[in-house]
Amino acid sequence: MARRSSGRGNGPQGLPGISTTGRRAGLFCLVLIILLAAQATRIQVFQAKGYDHNPANQRLTIQRYSQPRGNILVGDTPITGSTATGGRYNYKRTYTAGQQYAAVTGYSSQIYGNTQLEGTEDGILSGTDSRLDGWVVWNEIARKQNPGGDVYTTINAAAQQAAMQGLGNQKGAVAAIEPSTGRILALASTPSYDPSTFAGASNADQSAWTKLQADSDQPMLNRALRQTYPPGSTFKVVTAAAALANGVVTDINAPTSTPYPYVLPGTTTTLVNDSSACDQPNIDLDTAMTLSCNSVMGNLGVQTGLDKMTSMAENFGFNDPKLDIPVRAARSNFDTQMNQSQVALSSIGQFDTAATPLVMAMVAAGVANNGTVMYPQLVDKLAKSDGSTVQLMKPRTYKQAMSPAVAGQVQQLMTDVVQNGTGRNARIAGATVGGKTGTAQHGVDNSGTPYAWFISWAKPAGSSDVPPVAVAVVIADSNATDVTGGQLAAPIAKSVMQAVLGGKG
Amino acid sequence: MATSAVTAARSEPPGPRPRTGRNVELALVLAAVAIAVFGYIEVGLNIDDRVPPDAVEYGAALGVLALLAHGVIRWKAKYADPLPLPIAVLLNGIGLVVIYRLDRTTPHSSAAPTQLLWSTLGVALCIAVILLLRDHRLLQRYAYSGALVALVLLVVPIFFPAVYGSRIWITVGPFSIQPGEFAKILLVIFFAAYLAAHRDALALTGRRIWRFTLPPGRVLGPVLLVWVAFIGVLVLETDLGMSLLYFGIFVVMLYVATARISWIAIGLVLAAAGVVVVGWLSPHVHSRVDQWLHPLASVAAGQGANQIAQSLFAFAWGGLLGAGLGLGHSALIGFAAKSDFILATIGEELGLVGLVALLLLYLLLISRGFRTGIALRDPFGRLLAIGLATVIGLQVFVVAGGVLALIPLTGATLPFIAQGGSSVVTNWIIVALLVRMSDLARRPAPPELSQEVAL
Repeated sequence: MARRSSGRGNGPQGLPGISTTGRRAGLFCLVLIILLAAQATRIQVFQAKGYDHNPANQRLTIQRYSQPRGNILVGDTPITGSTATGGRYNYKRTYTAGQQYAAVTGYSSQIYGNTQLEGTEDGILSGTDSRLDGWVVWNEIARKQNPGGDVYTTINAAAQQAAMQGLGNQKGAVAAIEPSTGRILALASTPSYDPSTFAGASNADQSAWTKLQADSDQPMLNRALRQTYPPGSTFKVVTAAAALANGVVTDINAPTSTPYPYVLPGTTTTLVNDSSACDQPNIDLDTAMTLSCNSVMGNLGVQTGLDKMTSMAENFGFNDPKLDIPVRAARSNFDTQMNQSQVALSSIGQFDTAATPLVMAMVAAGVANNGTVMYPQLVDKLAKSDGSTVQLMKPRTYKQAMSPAVAGQVQQLMTDVVQNGTGRNARIAGATVGGKTGTAQHGVDNSGTPYAWFISWAKPAGSSDVPPVAVAVVIADSNATDVTGGQLAAPIAKSVMQAVLGGKG
Repeated sequence: MATSAVTAARSEPPGPRPRTGRNVELALVLAAVAIAVFGYIEVGLNIDDRVPPDAVEYGAALGVLALLAHGVIRWKAKYADPLPLPIAVLLNGIGLVVIYRLDRTTPHSSAAPTQLLWSTLGVALCIAVILLLRDHRLLQRYAYSGALVALVLLVVPIFFPAVYGSRIWITVGPFSIQPGEFAKILLVIFFAAYLAAHRDALALTGRRIWRFTLPPGRVLGPVLLVWVAFIGVLVLETDLGMSLLYFGIFVVMLYVATARISWIAIGLVLAAAGVVVVGWLSPHVHSRVDQWLHPLASVAAGQGANQIAQSLFAFAWGGLLGAGLGLGHSALIGFAAKSDFILATIGEELGLVGLVALLLLYLLLISRGFRTGIALRDPFGRLLAIGLATVIGLQVFVVAGGVLALIPLTGATLPFIAQGGSSVVTNWIIVALLVRMSDLARRPAPPELSQEVAL
C-alpha cells in the first residue's frame, strides 16, 4: 500500500495518488485564501471611500465629534468653544454669546448639522479640510486627524454689540460693511437664538430645537442675509446714482423736468409724496433726496430707463443669485422686465424691488467708496490650530458702479439728507454722515406695518479718506406708533457707526 | 518506534544529528508571545493611555502555556514540524487581544478571561494528546465509535433552547459548548479511516455512466449515510456554517482518497440542489442570501445598516493600514462582534495589511498540514492530516467569506481567534494531531525499522 500511494500516478488503476490529489486539495485551499485576500482588498482599498461615506455609517460622524471643533473668533476673542460630553459623539459646540452672534456663526449641532459660517467653514473647523494637512503621508500612516482650525471673522465686536442693542426686541436686522475692503463689521438679526441650546444630541437639545422651529417670530431666520424686504426710499440712492451716471441729471441742484402731480406713465394713477414740500414741479435732485420726493425719483427712474436702472442695481448686488460671503445671501431683486409705470415704482423701492440688508449696505458702501463696490466678506483669516495662517482675506472688487465724480455727487446728496432732511437722527457730532431713510409699504393694500429702513456711512469730519463704515438697518416690525426709517432705523445706524468711529479714534 | 527521549537518542543513526527544528520552534513561540503582548499593550495605550496593569500576568500566562506545549513537543515529539505550535500561539494570542479590546467597549460583558480559560484547557488537551497518542494510527480503531459519539454530540443541542435561531449549543450553568466543533474532528477521523480502507473499491468499481463512474452503493452507502445524518442534523439546527464545512470536507476527502473528479461534480450538483432546497424552505437562509447580494439595501430602505453592511463599513474604515488596535468602531456591528464577526475588528484596526498577514498565517498552518499528509506513508494518516488541514482552510473561508460578503453569511467561528471555547479547544486538538503526525512524517527512518514500515 505504501508503495502504491507514495507518488504520482500511483493511485488505484493508474489514477493519481494521494500525493497528487492532496497537493491539488492544498491548491484549492490556497485559492480560497487568495479569494479572501482579493475580496478584502476590494473592500478595504477600492470600495473604502464609498462605504466610509455611506449615510448609515456612523464612523465619520464619530470621528468628527471625537475632538474639539476649531473656533470662530471676533478680533482675537473666540465666540465659540467646545465641551466634552462623554458620549459616542463626544465634543459639542458651545457659544460664548450665542444670541449676539447667531447671525454670524449659524449653528453647529450634532443632530441638526451645520449652517452659515459653521457650515461653509466646516472643513476648517472640523479639521477635515485638506489645507490643514501637514505631511500627508505621515497623517495617513499615523491615522492622525488634524485638529480643527480657527475662523477669524471680520466682525467688529463694538459694532455688533451696538447693532444688537439697537435692535433690542424689535424684529429687524443690521448689516455693516467697511466700504474700502468689503469687510462685514456687523451682521445682526432679531429676534435671535442661542445655538448652544441644541448643539448636543440630548432630549433637551431636541426640544429646544423643536421650540425654535415652531416660534412664529422665526428667531432662526437670518434677516440680515437671508431675508429680502422692499427697500422703499433707500433705493432712491441707486436711482440717483443711475440718473447721474447716465447724464439724466448733471447738476444735483438744477431743476429737473418733473411735472406735478406726476402721473405714472400709461396710467391715471398719481405718484403721491409723503412730504407736502415735494408737491411742486421741477424740484432739483438734491431737494428731492433730502425730502425723499417720490414723484421726482420715480420720474428720474423712468427717464434713466429700465436697462440702465437694472444695470446700476446689479452693480450693487441686486439679481445676484450667488452672493457668497461665504454664507450665501438671498437674491435681492430688481425686475428686468417692466413697463414704465412699474419702473417708476421700482425706482422708489416699491413694486417687486426687494433687497437684503446686506445688499443695501453694499449700496451705501459703494457710494462711500467712491463708486467701487467691494465684495462683502465675513471671513478675515483661516488658521491652523497652531495659529499659522491657512488663508488670508483679500479685498475683492465686486463692481465699479459709477465714477468717483458721480459717487461724490451721491455722497453730497446723502450728506444733505442727514444734515437737513429725513435722516437727521443719524447726525454724529464730529463726523460727516451720509444717509437715506426708507419707509416701505407692504402687505395687502399696504396694510402691514411699514418696513423702516436706513442706510448710511460715516467718517470723521474733515477726513478725505473713504468712510470706515457703511450700514443698513431695517426694522420689520416694531411697536412704535410713528414707523419711519428716520425715527426707528436711523438711531441704530448711528450707534453702529459711532461704535466703529469710536474704535478708530 | 521511539517512545522516549532516551530510546530515541539510542536508536539515532550515526553521523550528523538530524535537524529537529525545536530551537526554531522555541524562538518562534517566544516571538508569537511577544507579538501578542505588544498587541495587548497597544490596546491599553490606545484606549486608556496606559499599559494594561495585568500585561505581565497576561504575557506570563500565554508564555507559560506556550512553553509547556513546546516542552512536551521537545520531549515527546522532537521531530515534529516546528511551525504549527507558534502559529497556534500567535493566532490564539491575537484572538485574546482582540476579544480583550472588544471587552473594553462592552463593559457589561467581558469575554477575554473566559477565552483565556478555554485556551488553557485547549493547550492542556493539546499536551494530553501529544503525550497519550503515541501513534495516530490508533485512532483508526475507534473511527466508527467516534463517529457515533460525534452524531450523539451533534443531536444533543436539539434538546436545548435555541440561541439566535440556532440550536447548536449545550448549556450547562455558565458554560456553553458547541458540539459541532468537536464533532468535526471525529468525523474527519471517520472519513479518513473509512476512505483509507475502501479507497480502491470506491475508485475502481462501480457503474460507468457517460464519463462518470458511480461507485457501488455497497461501498458508498455507509459513508454517505453517516454524512447525510450529520448534514441533516446540522440543517435542522440551522447551523449553516457547519453544514457547509461538513459538506466541503466530505467532498474534498473523497476526492483526495479516490482521485475521481466525478466526486467533485456530484458534490457541486448536490450542493447546488441543497442550497436551492434549503434556501427555498428556510426564510433564515433566504434573508442571508438577500443580505449577501444586497448588503446596502436596508440602508436604501431607510432601515439603517444590517450586520453585513456594518461589517463592510468596518473593513472599509480600516483601509490599507488600519485604525490601530482599540481605535476602530467595530462595536457598531453589535451582536457577535467578538465571535462570528471578529475578523471585521481585525480588518478595521489592523487594516488590509494585518488581515492579509493573518490569512498568510492560516495558509502557512494549512500548508504544513498538507505537507505532513503528503509526507506520511499510511493512507489513514495522509487522509487525516489533509482532512484536518482542509477543515481549517474551509472554516476560515466560510467565516471570513461570510463577513467579507464574498459568500452568504453562515456563521461559524474563526479558528483560534473568535470567542468560543469549543472552537479554541477543538483547534488546539487539531494542532496536537498535526504535531503528532508531523513527528512521524519527519522522523528520519532508522534502517532497521524502514522495512517494517514498508510492510
